[in-house]
Amino acid sequence: MSPPHPSRWIRPLASGLAVIDGMGAPRFHIDATRANETVIVTHGHADHARPGHKHVIATPETLAIMEARYGARFAEQVTPLNWHETMRIGDVDIHLVPAGHVLGSAQIVLDSQGSRVVVSGDYKRKPDPTCAAFEPVACDIFITEATFALPVFSHPDPLTEISRILTSLALFPARAHVIGAYSLGKAQRVIALLRQAGYEAPIFIHGALQKLCQLYQDHGIDLGKLEPATSGQKGMPQPALAGQIVIAPPSALSDRWSRRLPDPLIIMASGWMQVKQRAKQSGVEMPLILSDHADWNDLLATIDEVDPKEVWITHGREDALMRALSLKGVTAKALHLIGYEDDAE
Amino acid sequence: MIRFARLLEQLLFTPQRNTKIHHLSEWFQNTPMPDRGWGLAALVGEFQSKKAKPALIRAMASTKIDAELFAISYDFVGDLAETVALIWPEPHLRPNSTPPTLSSIVSALGDANAEETKTLISQWLDISDTTTRWGLLKLTTGGLRVGASARTVRLALAHAYGKPVEHIEEIWPLIQPPYTALFDWLEDKSPRPNADGKAVFRPLMLAHPLNDQDMASITPENWLVEWKWDGARVQLASGQDGVRLFSRSGDDISSGFPELTKPLDWHGTLDGELLAGQPHDIASFQDLQQRLNRKKPSVKLMQTVPVFLRAYDILIDGENDLRQMPIEHRREILQQTLKTLDHPAIDLSAVLPFTDAQQLDEWRQKCRDGGLIEGLMIKARNSVYHQGRVKGQWFKWKRDPLTADVVLLYAQRGHGKRSSFFSDYTFAAWANHGDQPDGEPVLVPVGKAYSGFSDAELKKLDAFVRANTIQRYGPVRELKKTLVVEVAFDAIGLSSRHKSGVAMRFPRFQRIRWDKPAHEADHLDTLMKWIDS
Repeated sequence: MSPPHPSRWIRPLASGLAVIDGMGAPRFHIDATRANETVIVTHGHADHARPGHKHVIATPETLAIMEARYGARFAEQVTPLNWHETMRIGDVDIHLVPAGHVLGSAQIVLDSQGSRVVVSGDYKRKPDPTCAAFEPVACDIFITEATFALPVFSHPDPLTEISRILTSLALFPARAHVIGAYSLGKAQRVIALLRQAGYEAPIFIHGALQKLCQLYQDHGIDLGKLEPATSGQKGMPQPALAGQIVIAPPSALSDRWSRRLPDPLIIMASGWMQVKQRAKQSGVEMPLILSDHADWNDLLATIDEVDPKEVWITHGREDALMRALSLKGVTAKALHLIGYEDDAE
Repeated sequence: MIRFARLLEQLLFTPQRNTKIHHLSEWFQNTPMPDRGWGLAALVGEFQSKKAKPALIRAMASTKIDAELFAISYDFVGDLAETVALIWPEPHLRPNSTPPTLSSIVSALGDANAEETKTLISQWLDISDTTTRWGLLKLTTGGLRVGASARTVRLALAHAYGKPVEHIEEIWPLIQPPYTALFDWLEDKSPRPNADGKAVFRPLMLAHPLNDQDMASITPENWLVEWKWDGARVQLASGQDGVRLFSRSGDDISSGFPELTKPLDWHGTLDGELLAGQPHDIASFQDLQQRLNRKKPSVKLMQTVPVFLRAYDILIDGENDLRQMPIEHRREILQQTLKTLDHPAIDLSAVLPFTDAQQLDEWRQKCRDGGLIEGLMIKARNSVYHQGRVKGQWFKWKRDPLTADVVLLYAQRGHGKRSSFFSDYTFAAWANHGDQPDGEPVLVPVGKAYSGFSDAELKKLDAFVRANTIQRYGPVRELKKTLVVEVAFDAIGLSSRHKSGVAMRFPRFQRIRWDKPAHEADHLDTLMKWIDS
C-alpha cells in the first residue's frame, strides 16, 4: 500500500504552514505568521521569525539572532536543533539542513507516514562566506519560495559585483560610498565579500547593524575592522567618511541620517537591482546585484536536483514558476501564504 | 558596443547633469571614429534601425522562451529592450567572438531585411553580456531614454573639445551621422561647416528681469517696448534646404507645425513667439501646450488649435546678417519683410508708444486683464543681437504673480540632493461640495510646488512634515491640515489634473504663514476668478 498523500498531515493554514494530527489540529507550525504554540523557524528574518511563540525550535544561530532582536524572553521555551540532529513530534521526524540564505538558515526536513517533505524556507545557491551552503535533499514534496521566480533574474557572480565598489572607490576617492543592505544577512555578506575582494580598511556601519554584525563575529565570521558611522553631529557632513565604505539599512539612505555623508554615492545591494528601470526609480546611483534568494535558473536547477513528486510554492512570483514547472511536467501548486515580504531583500 | 552600453548604463544611473557630461565627454574622447559618430547619432536620437521594430524583437524573444513566461516577465520589467536582454540565455565563453562595434552594427543593419535583421541581432545577443545586450537592443530599437537630452549631449561635446556649445548647435542641421565634418572641426582638422544660406538655428538673445534701478532709465528716446506674449519662444529659419522651426533650446520642432514650415520664397531668420489661435483671437497657453506636445499633429488638431508666429526680430534677411545692426533698424526691415511675405500664420509684434516708466508700470499691472500677455519687453534701441543674456540691453518686466493662501496637504521627498528632505508639496484651497453648497467647506488640492523656500525654511518644513504626518501612502505623507503657505503663480486655468478642476502655472512658495490658521486660507471661488478666459 502506498503511503497517504502528505497533504493529510501538512497544509497551509491562515497562521502559516502547519503539520497537523489525525484530528486536523496543528502539532506545530513552520514560520508561523502570528504568535503560536510550537513553531519551527527556518531563519531569523523578521517576517519568518516572529516574537511571542510559546515554543521555538530552530538552529542555535537562528535562536541567537531572535534573542538579539527580541530580547532573551522572545519565547517561553526554546529548543536548539543542530544540523542533521533528529527530533520527533508526534509521528513526525524532524531534522534541519542548511539553506544558504543567512547565518543559521535551515531547510526543515519532515518524515512522516512514509513520505518526506522538505520546507526549504528562503534559500540561495550562490556562494556566501557568512553561512553554510544549501544542501539538496531528495524528497516527495519540495516546498519552495519564489521571490525571484522570473526568467529575467539571473544573478551574477557575487565577487565580480562587489569588485565594482572597489573600482568606483578608486574612481571617486572623495565620495562616501554608502551601501544600502538589509541588516540581517545582506550587510554581513557585503562586508565579508569586500574582505574577500581584498578590502582591508575599516568599514563604517549604521547603528542598526551593530548588534547583528557583532553576533556574526561571535559565530566566527571574520568581518574585519568595523567602526560606527553614526558618531559626529547630526545633519553635518563628516569629512572623515569621504572615500570610505559605509553600510546602512536601505531605509536610512533616504533618511536624515544620510545627510552626514560627504557627497554620497548611493549603492544598493539587492537582487531587485537586476532590473535597471527599477533601480533607477529608487534613486540608486550604483545598483549592486546581490541576492540572498535563488535566481530563476537556481530555482529550476534545485527542483531538478531534489526531484520531488510535487512542488509547493510559498510566496513570490508563483505564476511564472508554476508555468515553467508545468512545461517540465512537474506537478506544482501555489500555497499563497500571506505575511512574507520580499521587497526588503 | 560593450563600452557604449556601459556609457548608457552610467547615464541612466547618474542623477547629476555635470557627471553625465563628464561620462559623455570621456566617452567621446576615448572612442575612435566612426564609432564615436554613430554613438552620438544614437544619443541624440538620429539613429534607428528601420527593421528592428518591437514586433521583431518580440518575435526574437519567442525563439528563446515560452510566450507566457515572456509575457509575465515583460509585465514585471515594463521595458521591452530590458526584458529581452535579461531573459536571453547567458553567452558561453567564446574568446574569439566579441560583440560588434557600433559602426559594424550600423553597416550590417543598413540594408538588411527583417529576417536578416533578426538573425544579426540574435547572433550579437548570443555573444554579449546582459548590459551589452540591453545597450544593443536600446540602440537598434531607438529611443535610448537614459536621461540625457540632445542638449546635454551637445554640452558634453562642447566640454570634450573646448568649443562653445552655440557653435555646435548652429551647424547641427547641416550635419549627418556619423558627423565626420563635425568631429573634423572639433578636432581642428578642418574649418567649421558653413551655415550661410542654410536653415539653421542661431543662438538666441535673452533678457534680464527689470529691477528698480534700471526702471528710472527707461525713456521713449532710448527704448523700444512691446508686449511679452505668453507663448513659446521660437526661431523660424528659411534657407536653400527648406524652412525649419526651432525651440528656444535649438531643438528642431518643424514636424509639429506644418502651417509654419511650408517652403517660402524668402530666405532668412525670424525670432518670435509661437501662439495658439489666430492673430486677432489668441487662444490659451493650455491650447498651445496641446500642439507643443505633438510631434505630428492630426489634421483635426490643426483645425481646432491653429498656431501662428508673432515675430519680434529678424536676424538674417536673404544674404544679409543683420545681427550687428541696432534693433531699431532691424525692426524696420522686419516690418517690410512681413509685409512682402504676407504669410497667413506670421504677424508682427507691435511696438508700444509710451511716455514714461510710470505708464509702463500701469500697463504691466493691467496686462493680466487681457490674458495671454505676461508683461513687457523693453529693448535698448541701439541693441545689436548678441547671443545669451547681455547686461543693460534687453529687459523683461513681468506682471506681478498672483498669490493665494493655501493649506499644505501632502508632502513627498525630493530627488538627488533633496532626497532626505520633504520638498514636494501638494496644497489645497477650501471648497464646498457641489451637492451641498451650504455644507462645511473641505480642502481640495489645487497644485504642487517644489521651490521658493530657502534652505533654512526647507529644514523647518521638513521638521513640520515629520512631526505632523497623519497617514502614509507609499512615499506620500498626508499632513495635519494646519500649515498655511502663500503661493505665487503666473496664471491659473481649468484642468482635470487636480480634483479642484483648476491648475496653476509655475506655483512656488512665496511665504510660509506659520502664524495663519488654516480656516483663513483662500476659497476655491477666489482662485476661479483669476482664470484666463
